[in-house]
Amino acid sequence: MKNSIRPKHPDITSEMWDTIDEIIAKWKNTPGSVITVLRECQDVVRYLPSELLHYISYGMGLPLSQVFGVATFYSFFSLTPKGRHTIKVCTGTACYVKGIKETINRIYGKYNLKEGGTTEDRRFSLEGVRCLGACGLAPVMVVNKDVHGAVSADKVVQILEKYE
Amino acid sequence: MNKTRLQLMLCGGTGCDSTGSEKVRIALLQEIEKHGLSEEVQIIVTGCNGFCAVGPVMVVQPEGIFYQKIQPEDAKELVDSHFLKGTPIQRLMYKNPANKKIIPKMDDIPFFSSQVFRAMRNKGLIDPEVIDEYIARDGYFAAAKALNEMSPDDIIKEMLESGLRGRGGAGFPAGMKWRFAKEAQGDVKYVLCNADEGDPGAFMDRSILESDPHSVIEGMIIAAKAINAHKGYIYCRSEYPLAVKRLNIAIEQAKNYGLLGEDILGSGFEFDVEVYQGAGAFVCGEETALMRSIEGKRGMPIPRPPFPAHKGLWKKPTILNNVETLANVPQIILNGGKWYASVGTATSKGTKVFALSGDVCNIGLVEVPMGTTIRKLVYDIGGGVPDKRKFKAVQLGGPSGGCVPEQYLDTPIDYEEITKVGAIMGSGGAIVMDNTTCMVDMARYFMDFIQDESCGKCTPCREGTKRILTLLENMCKGKGQPGDIEQLEELCEVVKHSSLCGLGQTASNPVLSTLKYFRDEYEAHIFDKTCPAKTCPALVKFEVDPNKCKMCGLCFKGCPADAIQWEKKAVAVIDKTKCIKCMSCYDRCKFDAIM
Repeated sequence: MKNSIRPKHPDITSEMWDTIDEIIAKWKNTPGSVITVLRECQDVVRYLPSELLHYISYGMGLPLSQVFGVATFYSFFSLTPKGRHTIKVCTGTACYVKGIKETINRIYGKYNLKEGGTTEDRRFSLEGVRCLGACGLAPVMVVNKDVHGAVSADKVVQILEKYE
Repeated sequence: MNKTRLQLMLCGGTGCDSTGSEKVRIALLQEIEKHGLSEEVQIIVTGCNGFCAVGPVMVVQPEGIFYQKIQPEDAKELVDSHFLKGTPIQRLMYKNPANKKIIPKMDDIPFFSSQVFRAMRNKGLIDPEVIDEYIARDGYFAAAKALNEMSPDDIIKEMLESGLRGRGGAGFPAGMKWRFAKEAQGDVKYVLCNADEGDPGAFMDRSILESDPHSVIEGMIIAAKAINAHKGYIYCRSEYPLAVKRLNIAIEQAKNYGLLGEDILGSGFEFDVEVYQGAGAFVCGEETALMRSIEGKRGMPIPRPPFPAHKGLWKKPTILNNVETLANVPQIILNGGKWYASVGTATSKGTKVFALSGDVCNIGLVEVPMGTTIRKLVYDIGGGVPDKRKFKAVQLGGPSGGCVPEQYLDTPIDYEEITKVGAIMGSGGAIVMDNTTCMVDMARYFMDFIQDESCGKCTPCREGTKRILTLLENMCKGKGQPGDIEQLEELCEVVKHSSLCGLGQTASNPVLSTLKYFRDEYEAHIFDKTCPAKTCPALVKFEVDPNKCKMCGLCFKGCPADAIQWEKKAVAVIDKTKCIKCMSCYDRCKFDAIM
């Protein structure tokens, strides 16, 4: 695709646009690949701004309604910017029974951060995720790719303070 | 594969990985090299061992010595004392909590000895990233037999004889599903594997995929032959990156060995498998929604009929089986349906894997024969409830299931029997709850989950679950009104009978089953404005009972809001203007003095 139709967006660099073009070219002719395209594009930009969704819809030759529909249906996709560190707290049953609710409250108390939100300085994003399948370590929190087990309310701030 | 004197089967499953098994591996490797034992002692990183509670775990073969909670610092002692001098280290062995006796061998530990491994027969025994190890354990023998010696009808006959029922939860006979798809007209057909394990508290499918991915692929090849399909998808949730990685490695290796692709094992049969990653939607575990998702659409269910066996993925005949179901298939083909059916009850055959978690000593994966009682599962294998607390209920079947209270613990594990007591077999999540769990809050939790995951297509599920949630939330906040319980029951019935798909039809089960067995707790929330389990913060007064307070100061030390005043030899006082109701004091108090 020509550079001229690339919309301007502060969070997407021209290298990112190049990668996005490659992703679209790779999957354009595979039926049902829109979820894969959205995932790969989100890996590049870290979220899916609406300008990007327009671009994907045009590039894939799909109605914008379908692309938006899919992007808003699945919890994996985010249409708002993410923090530098993503905190995923497991809200599965085992973690719930073992007290993840108190842990989440403590995060809110310290960083004024709610599930689905990002701190103003874009340091942390907090996501409540469904069972991570690591119930043996309940309650579980994942920061970026580090799994932290047995995260009690008393321990959580100490762990998070290590992520600048 | 070189045969070494000792094989260290180090667990690399998600649980052990996060407790540091990779660091243990590096430390062990360094020590082994330092002592020049590289030729004699081999480290094999396996998939999930199942006993996640005591990770990282390692089994030393051929002796079968089981080590738990290994730290990198233990590597030196392990090599010096055990691998060189032959004296195993007792300190790292499993201790029976009942009599403090050390049990050195894995097979003697009650957690393992009561289990029968079929779907998980290779767990902890092979390196899941090496196809030769799977083949060495009779891997792909069943596929060879099915492709070269059996007709589709032979395969379906064995499957029907085995009595294998869908392990994803609904319990539909797998053989019957296959027969419908085989008889369906169509040149293109699909075999799908449902690895979208969404039930909170269930992780058996993850474990099978991580420890034995080839068994699922082999099961799919056999299914493909039975219905004459040439393309398959494994729909795996993106929350399981390790499972996705291992599946892709396994598929690549199988292709290189000619076990996938054109002309498999010289039979002329063609079949290919692809992994499709989900994007985080619980409803995609429902079969028609899953197929819409693979088609790149919003994962919304469609009414049946037409059933997927006739019009499934891209409107072609399709079968969808769960991971655990498919993992059982190769052994059924190899040993015969009769062999599989030799274990179990009249209507439920074989074994079932459960993910035991919550307030239970031995958290982990267990595979037991059908017909085993729930009591045996919780107490003999699970080791009972820790910290001298009292058992209250075990939740089976996740958000679609229900609670089994104390008086029904002797119910055998069987699709029909479990349904009779108000729960369901489900995918196998078994969450044990002790007396500090509030059942109203539990019902609220599941309803919160369901209404969040409801796709919104049909009104009863979309609106009904919201209304139910509001009622439950009000109860937990102390705003419950007389008549709420009756309204709750009415709403639950409507949602149950008029929702489009399984998600909505079963959504009210957690509420109905807790209402059935713990109605008194609901009443306490509404009429007395108290939470008997003291879990709902709004119903805890946050006052110190001076008769029970032992003036230890633990609550004071743990309060994050500086809301507690305490001095030595004085009863603590909570300043309600500062209190943030975080429950920290309640959790810390050993004397139950916080009211």
